[in-house]
Formats: sequence, C-alpha cells, structure tokens
Amino acid sequence: MSLTAQVGIELDGFTLDLALAIRAGRTTAIVGPNGAGKTTLLRALAGLRQLSTGRIELDGTVLDDPASGIYVPPEHRPVGVVFQQHLLFPHLDALDNVAFGLRTGGLRRREARVLAADWLERVGLSGRERARPAELSGGQAQRVALARALAPEPALLLLDEPLAALDAATRNEVRRDLRRHLATFAGVRLLITHDPVDAAVLADDVIVLDGGVVAQAGTPAEITARPRSRWVAELIGTNLFVGRAGSDGAIVLEHGGTLTAADHLRPGPVFVVVHPRAVALHLRQPQGSARNAWPGRITAVEPVGDRIRVHVAATPAIVAEVTASAVREIGLREGTDVWVAVKATEIDVYPR
Amino acid sequence: MLLFAVPLAGLLWRAPWSSAWRELSSGPARDALRLSLITSLSATAVSIALGVPLAWVQARIAYPGKRLVRALTTLPMVLPPVVGGVALLLALGRRGVVGSQLDRIGVNLPFTTAGAILAETFVAMPFLVLTLEAAFRTVDRRLEDAARTLGAGRFVVFRRVTLPLVAPSLVAGTVLCWARALGEFGATITFAGNLQGRTQTLPLFVYVKLEGSAPDSAIVLSLVLLVLSLAVLIGLRDRWLTAR
Repeated sequence: MSLTAQVGIELDGFTLDLALAIRAGRTTAIVGPNGAGKTTLLRALAGLRQLSTGRIELDGTVLDDPASGIYVPPEHRPVGVVFQQHLLFPHLDALDNVAFGLRTGGLRRREARVLAADWLERVGLSGRERARPAELSGGQAQRVALARALAPEPALLLLDEPLAALDAATRNEVRRDLRRHLATFAGVRLLITHDPVDAAVLADDVIVLDGGVVAQAGTPAEITARPRSRWVAELIGTNLFVGRAGSDGAIVLEHGGTLTAADHLRPGPVFVVVHPRAVALHLRQPQGSARNAWPGRITAVEPVGDRIRVHVAATPAIVAEVTASAVREIGLREGTDVWVAVKATEIDVYPR
Repeated sequence: MLLFAVPLAGLLWRAPWSSAWRELSSGPARDALRLSLITSLSATAVSIALGVPLAWVQARIAYPGKRLVRALTTLPMVLPPVVGGVALLLALGRRGVVGSQLDRIGVNLPFTTAGAILAETFVAMPFLVLTLEAAFRTVDRRLEDAARTLGAGRFVVFRRVTLPLVAPSLVAGTVLCWARALGEFGATITFAGNLQGRTQTLPLFVYVKLEGSAPDSAIVLSLVLLVLSLAVLIGLRDRWLTAR
C-alpha cells in the first residue's frame, strides 16, 4: 500500500508543485508556514479540489489524472480526513458523527452505531456517545474526529493541524494519544502542521513546504539538525532528544547524557526540545545559574542566513545558534573545546 | 404602543363572546375556515417545494441574472398585493398571455381554489425563500466538505448535513410563509374572486361580513386570525424576541 502523487495546482498566481511518495505504515508530516500550500495539498488529496496537472495514485488506483480525464470525487475515495477545528457535525451526537461514514458506506443504522460505539471506546470515549459536539472538550472532540475519519477504514488518513484547536495544556496529552492511535492505523498517514514538535513527535518523515514547493525533506532528526535555509531553521531547526524522566526531575537521554528541566515532571518516556538559540557556548566551565552544563568539541560551524549554527559533539550532542559577532569574539571554530550551557527553563518536555 | 394596543383592545372589547361558537360553526364561516386552511397549507407546501431549491441556488450558485432573480423573488414582499393579483390576472387570466394557452389545454386558474392557492403562494413564498437563503449562506461549507470525505454524495450531504443545519430557519420561514398565506387578501380577491367555498378565504369572509349583515361573525373570525398570529409569534419568539 502506498500513495504516490505528483501535485500541480494553479490558483490566483500561486503554484503548488510537489511530488510525494509515502508507504503505508509511515507518517509523513507536511510542515510549512501559512500560505505554503499545505491545505491546498490536503484538499487535492481528499478530492475536494481537482489537480491542474499531475497524478494521484493510492494503492494502484488512480484518483486524479487530468491528462487522462480521471477524477474520483471525494465521496468515492478511500480517504479519511481529520480537519482543523475538527468540524464535527453539530446536529449529531458523538456516536452518530462516527457512524456517519459507516452509514454512507451502506451499513444500516443499528450496525453502524454498534461499530461506531466500538470506535468511541477505542479512543477512550465510552459513555460520551450521546454528547453533542458543543458538550465535548477540545481533546474529546479531536478524538471523535479521529474515530470518525478512521471508522470507514480508509487507505489514506489526512490530518490537518489536528492539534491547532487545542489549548497548550491539552495539546501535549492529545499529541501523545494521537501518536498511539496513528501507530495502530495501517494505511498511509499524512499530517499537516506548522508545529515542529508535532512533526518531530508524530512523523517518520518530514517535508517542508514553502511557497508551493518542497524546501527540504528528510527524517525529523535530519531536518531539525541540519535545516537547509534560515527559515527552515526558524520553523523546525530545533534540538530534539528522546529520553525518560525520572522521579527526581532529571531526564536521562536515550543516547547518553542527562538534562534537568524546570517543570515538575511526571516520570515516564518523554521528548525534550531545546531551541538552539537557548544554547549558550562558553570557553570555560560556566559559573552562572544554568542548571545544565557539559563539555564538548565543535564539529561544524555553518552560517544559516544571518545566524551561525554551531554543532557540538558532546553527551548529548547539540546545536547552538549564535550571532556571527559572537563566533568572532570568542573564536569559535571547528575543533574548539567548549562548555555547553542550557537553563532549565529553556528545556521543553513533552510526554511521549 | 397605544397605536398597536388600542385596536387589539377594541377587537377584544367588542367580541360577542356568548355567541362566538355559534358564529364560528355557521355554514359560510366554516367553509371559509376550512378553505383558508386548505389554501394556506397548500400554498405553504408549494412554497417549500419550489422555495427550498430556489433558496439553495440563490445562496450557493453564481450565475448571470442572479440579482434579477433576487429582485423578482423579493418583489411580492413590497408590492401591494392587489397589484400582484392584477398582474396574475393579466398573465394567467383567460385572455392573459399565458392563461389563454392554459385555457386551450383545459387548465383554468382564475376564480378557482387553485387560483387562490397560486395568489397566496405568490405573496407568501418570498418569506420562506429569503429566510432560508440567509440560512444556507451561514452554513459552514467545510462541514459539507467533511461529509463528502466521509462518503456522502452531494444529495446525501444536502439531506443529512445542510438541511438539518438550516432546520430552525426552515421552520421559521415555513411558519412565516403560512401566516402570510393565511392572511392574504388583496391578491386572492383580485385574482381568484370571492366565491364561497371555492375562493372565499377567512380574510375575504371577514371583510364581506363586516361590510354587510353580520359584523359579529367578522369579529369572531378576526379573533381566530389574531389567535393564530399570536401562536406564530409565540412559536418564533426565541428567534426574534430574545437577545442573541
């Protein structure tokens, strides 16, 4: 099972032109700023907008190919969509929202409701069957939207900023749940987001979209470590670690090293995000207030736009982003021994 | 306030309460009541059958001449009903432009119950169309997109998503339309005449009785219409009278 798409869309002077090839069982994140063409791409894959040029093929079936006059309308595509703002039907309760796609698929009301109840249970919403969307919390609505999209068993699942409508506190929890549910979906998964943490936590591959074309593609680790342009760095170029929070608040990282965060942590597996701008480099061991400090050696100094990204081999290895004048003044170059310092307040932790 | 309250008070003051039931159950009054229900409900049904698709097209589809259609469908709301009746007569009367053709195939509308229904539809349908058109515009189109990705074709989307979302406005528009049809006077009497049992609806009956021999029965039937109007007002109060 796989999705291959060559997407060409012209609209109002904006051109979307990109190629996608995604295998089933993997999650690909499309990352880009507003206006990059993310939502247009999603609508084309769902069939809500026709291609100008190109071809979309899912599991060997051509869904859109203007050159040979093929266009499969959305209702006949095996595609499920989790929309931004969830877009649950306000006149239907949670159960009938999930049952909607099963009914249009030909199931009788009773059978559809039995299956829909199973799906609600699977996303942990047993007992909320009769709740209207207006009565659900943001996190619950997100889970109903996911169950609704998955219930008809699509071959391709599209998620459009699935976490954007949630407040920050709910987002971490829902992100972790979403990751678990995505792992159980066997088809092709495509996630649209502007949040590098979503991409890093939820995706196996990342495609950065800018002005309708692919700016960079790779695994989250590759892109976060080596963003190819200033704005990719701004968007997604962050330090990402996998680790486990202990009961003492220290996070033991998978590839060695320990970090201390300011937040009170629940023990368990976590992602840790440290923005390169929050990483300070010193020639001697720092005496200041930074809770995290460890020695290393500079392996690369690369200018990205008007900033310099300094790669430091250490435990853990990390990227710092500093100004060109800072590099000159303290003489940072490849091979320099440095101390890395990060304040505990600059360490963002996400349960995984 | 007085301007509105005094006539109502007058109506209630003069009402012949003791003989009300007898007036209501007299033959011609019963005929008028029955006919009014039949014609107003039929006019409402026709308005729904034609008005729902029209409102949807007006709200959703861009086509040349759309503004003209909107003007034409809104016109009966501001046009004096008697002018509407004259226009209908000139167009659909026996010697009218369209009427002469209809006459040839044996269809005759003026001075028939069907003519009364047509006159009421002409005047009342805009209330349904305008209410519903506004409602169709406010439906979140993305919900319809969501339904399509869930396997619903255009018609299923309309029936299971769009229509339920506009249901409150459909009810409100229908009730307004019915109330207007029930009270229709000018167009009906001009186009359909004033034949007892065939085209003499309640308002016509009230007018005739008040002018003629039996003002009491006119007052009683006016009260019936007043009660129905109040029922509409109370039924729709959540829409109009409460602050949103």
